[in-house]
Amino acid sequence: MAGKGRGVGAFTFNIEALGIGRGSMPEARVGPSPLYPNTDFKPVPLKVGEDEDYMLALKQEMRGAMQRLPHNIKAQSGRADVEKYTERYLKHSQMDDETWTPDWNLFPKELMPRTKKPRRKVTKNKKSGKGSSKEAADVLSKLDELEKKDDGNAEKSDDEPEKKTKNEEEEEIEEEEYEEEDLEEDNDYIESYFDNGEDFAADSDDNMDGEATY
Amino acid sequence: MTAQEIRLCGLLLQEHFGEMVEKVGTHLLRSGAQNLRTIVQETNLSVDLVKKCLCVLVQHGACCFTSGRKGPGSPTEYRACCDRILRVLRYPRYIYTAKTLYGDTGELIIEELLQRGHMTMSSTVKTVADRLTQNMEEGHSMDYSEVSSTFSKLVETHFLQRCPPVGGAGTSGSAAPAAATSAAAAAPAAAVGVAPPTPESFPECYSVPHVSLIGRGKRQLVPENGEDQRNAKRAKMDTETHGDEGIYWQVNFERFHQHFRDQAIISAVANKLDQTSSEIVRTILRMSEVTTSATAACTKPLSANEIFRSLPASYNIPRHILDQYLTLLVDDPVRTPPAGAISLPIHTNLFHHRLLLYFPDGVRWEDWRKRRRNVCCQSAQSSCKPGSSHDRVHRAGEVSPFGFFTRTDLSTGSHSHLLIRFGSRSARIFRLLLRKRHLEQKQVEDFAMIPAKEAKDMLYTLLSHNLVQLQEIPKTPDFAPSRTFYLYTVNQLPTARMLLQNCYKTVANLIERRLFETKENKRLLEKSQRIEAILASLQASGAEPEQLSEVEEMISAPEKQQLDVLKLHVNKLDSAENQVDETVFVLESYVSSTSTS
Repeated sequence: MAGKGRGVGAFTFNIEALGIGRGSMPEARVGPSPLYPNTDFKPVPLKVGEDEDYMLALKQEMRGAMQRLPHNIKAQSGRADVEKYTERYLKHSQMDDETWTPDWNLFPKELMPRTKKPRRKVTKNKKSGKGSSKEAADVLSKLDELEKKDDGNAEKSDDEPEKKTKNEEEEEIEEEEYEEEDLEEDNDYIESYFDNGEDFAADSDDNMDGEATY
Repeated sequence: MTAQEIRLCGLLLQEHFGEMVEKVGTHLLRSGAQNLRTIVQETNLSVDLVKKCLCVLVQHGACCFTSGRKGPGSPTEYRACCDRILRVLRYPRYIYTAKTLYGDTGELIIEELLQRGHMTMSSTVKTVADRLTQNMEEGHSMDYSEVSSTFSKLVETHFLQRCPPVGGAGTSGSAAPAAATSAAAAAPAAAVGVAPPTPESFPECYSVPHVSLIGRGKRQLVPENGEDQRNAKRAKMDTETHGDEGIYWQVNFERFHQHFRDQAIISAVANKLDQTSSEIVRTILRMSEVTTSATAACTKPLSANEIFRSLPASYNIPRHILDQYLTLLVDDPVRTPPAGAISLPIHTNLFHHRLLLYFPDGVRWEDWRKRRRNVCCQSAQSSCKPGSSHDRVHRAGEVSPFGFFTRTDLSTGSHSHLLIRFGSRSARIFRLLLRKRHLEQKQVEDFAMIPAKEAKDMLYTLLSHNLVQLQEIPKTPDFAPSRTFYLYTVNQLPTARMLLQNCYKTVANLIERRLFETKENKRLLEKSQRIEAILASLQASGAEPEQLSEVEEMISAPEKQQLDVLKLHVNKLDSAENQVDETVFVLESYVSSTSTS
């Protein structure tokens, strides 16, 4: 670039034409700007006295007290997955102070905490499981009916009730298997990793047509 | 709600109620009235947490709820009150005032009520009695009746008031003194018209219920492990009813503010005239404490006879001296105020009072004072002569508290501000402009006795900081600069507002700095706390001095020094917050009184 290295201070235009003299340029920066601006006058000293000291003490006490009250809602610290050893021995009296119930007469009802109804897990699932299996059975049977209708075979209609029961049995068997799987999930072993070789023989029986067995 | 106010409210909420409440509170402040579901959505907190935070805010009066705008079926809306949250800054002052007026018992009552928002009388009395018993010697305990009597006194002088019941306005009147169980709890969440009713609009506001409280305070024993269960059980079964369920009491901030104002007036008069006149003014103000509402411009007229009768006997002021003082107060010179009431030249006094504290250069104070008295002493508003001298019923008893404010606040707040930032001479110019309203530049230089060049410089600095404004008065319709008068003037109300916002910003900065300092040295603070705890437990279990000194040596000397410096800084910052709050009070009263009048 023209002018660089040779007379860095030279401008590319005639500076006098603008009416600005060389001396009126702002000073070159020598370093970072100061952190705080300069103040010409010192700040006025604080009032000192017994009253002020007492009020200071009051203020600090009040702050501490209010932080200990149950009104102070602390952020929910993420509970670690592993329960800390110390938590078992924390005095529960410390925790009990946390509860504070306002007088609901003065507050809108919608602010009352809703207690969750205890979920009846096992029986409900079982019932629903059974229900759904029954529904599944119905669906399957309906599908079978439709298939049969397409074929238009009267014979198969006799098979239907058999199939129905068979399906139901299958469902029940599946359900039992399902439940067994649930029970067995406590260990870390995944069932599918273990190949006990039964499938090998079953599959090969289907596919073999006259091949020798080794 | 300005940005500075919201920032300060957020910091105060965080310090006293925790971060969750702060989030909810700031959100409500920023967005006005909202219903529960919107709050939950916009703050991304869980519903339970938001509900709890709202409960805390409503408990402390920082948030009010009304039924929705769309009609009776719509969900309740919550609105946060900025003013109420800013009061938290003033809590130490309230507690200290209660202590000076009613002793330790009063102090603790007010402290409990401030910490809990609102409580029933019986629970307050019990808690306070227990706390007082803790601090008494072994074997002594505080009787409930003493605490109850102090409580009743606080209610009589209007320092405490009942919380307004939620629901229709008519229900509170029917609350019988003996058994107001759930009478106060009418239909919840039903609003009364658009504006929420003030607590004072209920007739039962200041009536103490008949409460059967017999007993003494209990000393809290150091609980041991085995007793924990038992104590917990006992506490739960301890819910006896005392006949005042449903009646909640809260602190009446307006009354405290009135008291602060009266104190300021009295000290101003004491500075300007003398102690005796301040006592007279104190008597007048005390007589009108409960008869005049807090926002009245003037007190009720009182006759000199009444004042004479109410003067405290210890002062021994004979009747004729009283009359002389009253005439003196009335005659204090200057211009007539529009209302025609007598107001005392208080602002200058208060100003003197403050100046005394703030003036950095002690030497010039004396000649300053003289010059002020002779030259500038006026701005007090006038006095029009009340009845003629032969009829003794003076309206001299009227004190116009806001006549006081229309001058003083600007004086006190801004003068100290000016003294800090611009020096005493700029402050002189400012006061001059306050008194003389409009002045040309040449006149400013003459009156203020400052050389022209410096006066010009100072005026321009003040102008650039918006403390002083230019008023143009044209001679010709074309506003030509050579033919226009440029007058310097001070617009009091906007300047006061600006200073108030500056004060809020100052307090917020102080709080932030204090939090920063504490956070920086958190490790050190925790270490020192742990060591103190260890020392305390060792001493309680009777350890030898060697062990104690060994524990003490765990903190090294430079660390101790660092801790001391930290403590000093934190104390200074805290103290500064308290004192800025005094200026905030004065400015707030001024702004609220002027904008409503």
